[in-house]
Amino acid sequence: MSQRLAPESVPLPRTGRWRSAGLALPLLLFIGAAFLAPLASMLTRSVYDPRVADALPQTLERLGEWDGSGLPGEAVYEAAAREILSARGERTLGQVASSVNRIRSGLRSVLTRSGRKLRGAPDGPKRDFLIGLDPAWGEAETWHAIRSAGERVTFRHYLNALDLDRRPGGQVVRQPEERRIYLPLLWRTLVVSLGITGLCLLLGYPIAYLMANSPPRRANWLLLLVLVPFWTSLLVRTTSWIVLLQTQGVVNDLGVALGLLAEDGRIAMIYNMTGTFVAMTHVLLPFMVLPLYSVMRGIPPVHMSAAASLGASPLRAWRRVYWPQTLPGVGAGSLLVFILAIGYYITPALVGGRTGQLISNMIAYHMQTSLNWGLAAALGGVLLVCVTALYLLYDRLVGIERMRLG
Amino acid sequence: MSSPRSPAERVGRWLFLAFCAAVFVFLVAPILVIVPLSFNAEPYFTFTEGMLRFDSEAYSLRWYRDIFADEKWTRALANSLVIGVSATLLATSLGTLAALGLANSAMPGRRFAMGLLISPMVTPVIISAAGMFFFYSNLGLAQTHLGLILAHAALGTPFVVITVTATLSGFDANLMRAAASLGAGPLRSFRRVQLPLIAPGVFSGALFAFATSFDEVVVVLFLGGLEQRTIPRQMWAGIREQISPTILAVATFLIAFALLLLFTVAWLRRRSGQTPTAA
Repeated sequence: MSQRLAPESVPLPRTGRWRSAGLALPLLLFIGAAFLAPLASMLTRSVYDPRVADALPQTLERLGEWDGSGLPGEAVYEAAAREILSARGERTLGQVASSVNRIRSGLRSVLTRSGRKLRGAPDGPKRDFLIGLDPAWGEAETWHAIRSAGERVTFRHYLNALDLDRRPGGQVVRQPEERRIYLPLLWRTLVVSLGITGLCLLLGYPIAYLMANSPPRRANWLLLLVLVPFWTSLLVRTTSWIVLLQTQGVVNDLGVALGLLAEDGRIAMIYNMTGTFVAMTHVLLPFMVLPLYSVMRGIPPVHMSAAASLGASPLRAWRRVYWPQTLPGVGAGSLLVFILAIGYYITPALVGGRTGQLISNMIAYHMQTSLNWGLAAALGGVLLVCVTALYLLYDRLVGIERMRLG
Repeated sequence: MSSPRSPAERVGRWLFLAFCAAVFVFLVAPILVIVPLSFNAEPYFTFTEGMLRFDSEAYSLRWYRDIFADEKWTRALANSLVIGVSATLLATSLGTLAALGLANSAMPGRRFAMGLLISPMVTPVIISAAGMFFFYSNLGLAQTHLGLILAHAALGTPFVVITVTATLSGFDANLMRAAASLGAGPLRSFRRVQLPLIAPGVFSGALFAFATSFDEVVVVLFLGGLEQRTIPRQMWAGIREQISPTILAVATFLIAFALLLLFTVAWLRRRSGQTPTAA
């Protein structure tokens, strides 16, 4: 190329609109496969469960003809006896029994015991045989439970997650007060997250202000102090709080040594809501300080001196001149902290004890301990709806692309 | 800050500074308290009297020896490094490529794409982990290193996208025009002109992605087996099951590592600030 062109007239190699999209495509595909598809599979789990339907196909088909009052006919009992036995042979009876048991408790053992006893069952009508094995087979509720557990597509996990119940007639009612678990927990998660967000704002605003109004060198050092916890492993930070706050820990020891606390008056500051609150505030504070700092850095200090020279007291100048200008940072930081807080899992799991658990911990419980994956997925769906709504709000108010990291 | 005039303002300013100092102590002290405790000669999680008297007998390296003697920790370190480095390479290459596209404000569907690509960062990790457990199990990727590498790469890409997009916003597009006018093809001008200039941003993004993987425990809990135990997974077990001061020694190492990362990123930021920019 011998001829030199003016730079502006040369087409930019990478400005093609579709070419840019092509550059983003590999990552979009990767995120689609490695991240969004798993989310979709969780949401599918929350409404779709074929296990009972696959194990008891004929029983369910014949139950479909049952009018729901009285007991189903012999044909249903015959199919159930056959399919329970074969489910036992294929080792799926346990799953079926758990699914049915979640709808009506007590039926797990009825099903597994019947599976055992049916092996050497005599020929002849199965209805009397099964009712003889366990009187539960003679109750219509048992069959209602099997019928609902057999629905492939079901909203009962969501009903469950929202503390609702569906009567056999089909109408949806709220659970009695003492059996409501998940909505109060969701509510508590939102309240705690709001509290942590408030505390982060209270602690973060002054130090962001100090940093924004310090000479650059000092500001950089202070910024490093804010970033130390940001980069330190979450597990390390959680361990530190255990070391500090446990009853035989550093803070209690200090209190006793200074005579502020009696030896038997040590305070339980961890393995309860206090632990969750303190440790999460510590973890999330940098996410509040960084957006505040970046907004405050753009506010010229002359605004405050101008207000002061016009006779405003510092408090008034702050309230009328400074605070309104920092609102974008306050919004960005608060939303980010709140979004991160409502989904928090690790810290409450390690330092929350029994009373400091949040909604995420309940999801983990149903994933790992109760193995009620449908319910775990539905709770996840509810949480995901909350987070997505907040995320869209963040995008509207702040703009995702303006997110910056320390 | 304008210098305070009246005594009341001076008192206010002192109160303000004291409050700020307290917040900084709150931020940093809990992390630093671990460091001396990790040299405790006794299996306690608090300062012994000997430690407070700076009695050399009260300090020891026994918990550090424990780490290296215990195969569980050394294997966990190897797992963390293998998974972290692979996930970082994947996340950084895909993320940088995507950021180059996203830097063009005319890209079709840009806002939507950005929203999707950042979503792994704000999605509660318990939800990601549960979904990955269902989906990866079906593909036979549960309890494999590959599964964890893919999962961690997905969680790390938002950090790369954010840092590199931020660096690119300060990149002068005229430099690419100049390279093109001098006869360089798109690939060549990227490699010789653009990449060296945005390299600090790419490298910080990579460090973020690595730190994400290196500190991730929930996905490992759901998706990893005994063979995939990483350092955080081992710490988790240590905190929940048999808490031993070895954890404090490991934590001290992790703090040193975090400081290293922090200073590297701060240094890179200063460097990328010096690159020629359009504005």
